[in-house]
Amino acid sequence: MHELSIAMQIVEILEEEAKKHDAKTVSAVHLAIGTLSGVEPDALKFAMEEAVRESVAEKAELHYHIIEAVAVCENCCNEFKTDDYFKVCPYCNSLNTSFLKGKELKISSLDIVTNHS
Amino acid sequence: MCGTCGCGEDDHITYRKPGENNLLHSHEHHHGDSSHVHAHDHSHDDHGHQHGHDHAHDHSHTHSISLERNILSKNEQLAERNRGFFEGMKIVALNLVSSPGSGKTSILERSIREFGDQLLCAVIEGDQQTLNDADRIHKAGAPVIQINTGNGCHLDALMVNKAMKQLDLKQNSILFIENVGNLVCPSLFDLGETKRVVIISVTEGDDKPAKYPTMFETAHLCLINKTDLLPYVDFDTARFKETALKVNPQLEFITLSAKTGEGMPEWHNWMRKLKA
Repeated sequence: MHELSIAMQIVEILEEEAKKHDAKTVSAVHLAIGTLSGVEPDALKFAMEEAVRESVAEKAELHYHIIEAVAVCENCCNEFKTDDYFKVCPYCNSLNTSFLKGKELKISSLDIVTNHS
Repeated sequence: MCGTCGCGEDDHITYRKPGENNLLHSHEHHHGDSSHVHAHDHSHDDHGHQHGHDHAHDHSHTHSISLERNILSKNEQLAERNRGFFEGMKIVALNLVSSPGSGKTSILERSIREFGDQLLCAVIEGDQQTLNDADRIHKAGAPVIQINTGNGCHLDALMVNKAMKQLDLKQNSILFIENVGNLVCPSLFDLGETKRVVIISVTEGDDKPAKYPTMFETAHLCLINKTDLLPYVDFDTARFKETALKVNPQLEFITLSAKTGEGMPEWHNWMRKLKA
């Protein structure tokens, strides 16, 4: 349910960036969403369709890049992929692990269209 | 921006204190009728803006901008402002999160009655609708403001910022922020709190940390409430703690009952240590 507020934050940032660069429209947006970011990509896609209406990004191509979670063990320093919060180290069974990747929720880049050279 | 329809207005959020009929901030806001049309005429006819060449020529260019910006950065910036205010005022702000019905408000009522004067408590209540919780806190004897989020499923840093300005917070006090009852969405939104407290009652499943890990991962303390009901339910406290620690090895626990008062001294001590 919070995906709509996330979508609106995205559009707000796009509007700001467009204004800053004197652009009329945003033609493409690349979003990075970690699998443990707390955001459901499908729900976000649905919310974005609504949020971009009558905004600079109304016609933008939206690219969603899903980032798989990777954790590192503080005990044996090995890195391992994980798909949940039970990030037990598969090498030494330690629970003393932390995420390196997978919590991203960011706008990586955007393409803007300007009318001047 | 409005969380219901995405229009540019502030929101359908209201901030009220018990006994006040009028909304402190009423935002007149209409959806779906004609009162919301922003018509402005706009003519370019007399700008004298002709270009001196008549071949059609499209000057649009596409640029790529590498942004790498966190989508929640606005909320996080505002949360840091709140945190700075709390630090400056030596206020301990606790963000209380849980499913609906875990007993957040009952714990606060009892805390205020038992040690409210000593700890100088104030409360921000978050619910979708009604002043019910704020009325209960008011009766228990603490200053309170109710945020009604309308359709919103969580509090954010801006709502807390607006609400706390109306509370006349004292130095060295404790601010309880009772979030909207929801174990999912509030975990993503930093309010600027000093510590996050997740509350679970023994009438819920002891596998909650496995089902809703984000909330347990971001919390500092877990209150296990309604321990007076333990003889009647299948809740396995040891198994619950083990599961929660897998998600968050640093999580602390206090078992208590807002009904009988069991565990309230430990909860009191935990807060006193934060104030020291």
